[in-house]
Amino acid sequence: MNIIIDGFREAVRLLVTLDDEVLGITLRTVQVSGASTLISVLLGIPAGMLVALNRFFGRGLLISLINFGMGLAPVVVGLAVWLCFSRYGPLGMLDLLYTPTAMAIAQTIIAFPVVTGLTLAAIQGVNPKMRLQMLALGATRGQYFLLLAWEARLGILAAVIAGFGRVISEVGASMMVGGNVRGYTRVLTTATVMEIGKGRFELAAALSILLLLLNFFIVSAMSHLQQRGRK
Amino acid sequence: MRHTLTIVITGLLLSLALVASTSTGETVDPKAKDLILATTTSTQDSGLLDALLPVFEKETGYRVKTIAVGTGQSLAMAEKGAADVVLCHAPESEKKLVDAGAVTNYQLVMHNDFLIAGPPDDPAGIKGKSSLEALKAIMEKDALFISRGDDSGTNKKELALWNQAGTNPAGRKNYLETGQGMGATLQMASEKQAYTLIDRGTFLSQKARLRLEALSEGDKTLLNIYHVMQVNPERFSRVNAEGAKAFVGFMIAPDTQKKIGEFGKEKFGQSLFFPDAGDPGE
Repeated sequence: MNIIIDGFREAVRLLVTLDDEVLGITLRTVQVSGASTLISVLLGIPAGMLVALNRFFGRGLLISLINFGMGLAPVVVGLAVWLCFSRYGPLGMLDLLYTPTAMAIAQTIIAFPVVTGLTLAAIQGVNPKMRLQMLALGATRGQYFLLLAWEARLGILAAVIAGFGRVISEVGASMMVGGNVRGYTRVLTTATVMEIGKGRFELAAALSILLLLLNFFIVSAMSHLQQRGRK
Repeated sequence: MRHTLTIVITGLLLSLALVASTSTGETVDPKAKDLILATTTSTQDSGLLDALLPVFEKETGYRVKTIAVGTGQSLAMAEKGAADVVLCHAPESEKKLVDAGAVTNYQLVMHNDFLIAGPPDDPAGIKGKSSLEALKAIMEKDALFISRGDDSGTNKKELALWNQAGTNPAGRKNYLETGQGMGATLQMASEKQAYTLIDRGTFLSQKARLRLEALSEGDKTLLNIYHVMQVNPERFSRVNAEGAKAFVGFMIAPDTQKKIGEFGKEKFGQSLFFPDAGDPGE
């Protein structure tokens, strides 16, 4: 219990004194997770919509794979990406291992199925009669997609929030492909694990609190957008 | 009012995303100046690298990416050419790599020692005993022993000691393997009031928050010897050979050796490491 209280105090102290290293770690956490969420949203929402609205051979299997991907163990993704980008691996020539870029790539792979799968479900949840009505009223293809997305916006925003939540709290893949290098690829989650390993529990608790606060504020903002105008 | 708030929030989120998608890289061109150092978690946890690396980086301009993993992984990385330089403390395993030509410029850097730590009330009565006697006693009395079980330098030393003591702890109920680093293993030992093998550096730096005491220490079998080595650039064309050479040179340079000897003195009242570079034999 003391550790948690001391953790709070340490967190406040770190924030108030604008501790350089912690600020850097926090900023990097936002950068990497933000970038991967953005990319997986830009790719995942259209992908989810396309799968939801089209019939094609193998659709059922694809949906199963997307749903499977939602529960994909991040450490497995980390291992796969590490093998891919390691010096003598297939993409080793890109020199991406132990860089924030590699972390963002791994996190995008983790978030993409989440965003796609939940968007897919959200679109499928729109009343089919609504869809018919849009088409009957003469909606063009483009208008149809936009209107559908708007109708399903609650679920789609949930998809974005879920995707973001998944990557900002992820540690296995970030540790493996990032290497937790000080001042370069260290993020809040990997730093917390390291400090626990060193036995510095108060600092670990402080970093955890910062992570939770960061997560909370960003997700609150997104929730506000999602719930706007709801009764 | 509600709309304004929404617009502000959307704007903030978008700019957050914008900040995120730019500037994830570094401003300095990294390729030529990056050095991948594979080392062990115990070395990193002792804090020695945090003290030495900034000096090296300032002197040479290289950026050292310290990848702290278990010894097993460090050496595997060296064998695959995935690192440039290695700092490790498992001489028997390292020797295999030297013989196979996977690493070159193999230099002795420093040593410290291991000790067997355990609960203050010492149920197996090992205080003052030699390491081998202590291990035998622990097994005889069925006292709880926590092993790292992760193929690390510490783990290899531990297994070698069991071997020398003529006891096989594998499968015994009182022998627990965490598969994790020294910090996590120590905490478990402290929580469960068990015995464990640990290097002095890590023990000293974490002692304050542990309920464990050093019970068996000092004999020659417990020496923990660190070497630094380059991953062979002739075998792996993509290693940063210059940087690796500079790092090896740095670690054995008299100035650095002096710093190594002084590290920890102020904080813990004793040195955590003893510099050895240039000493003949091991």
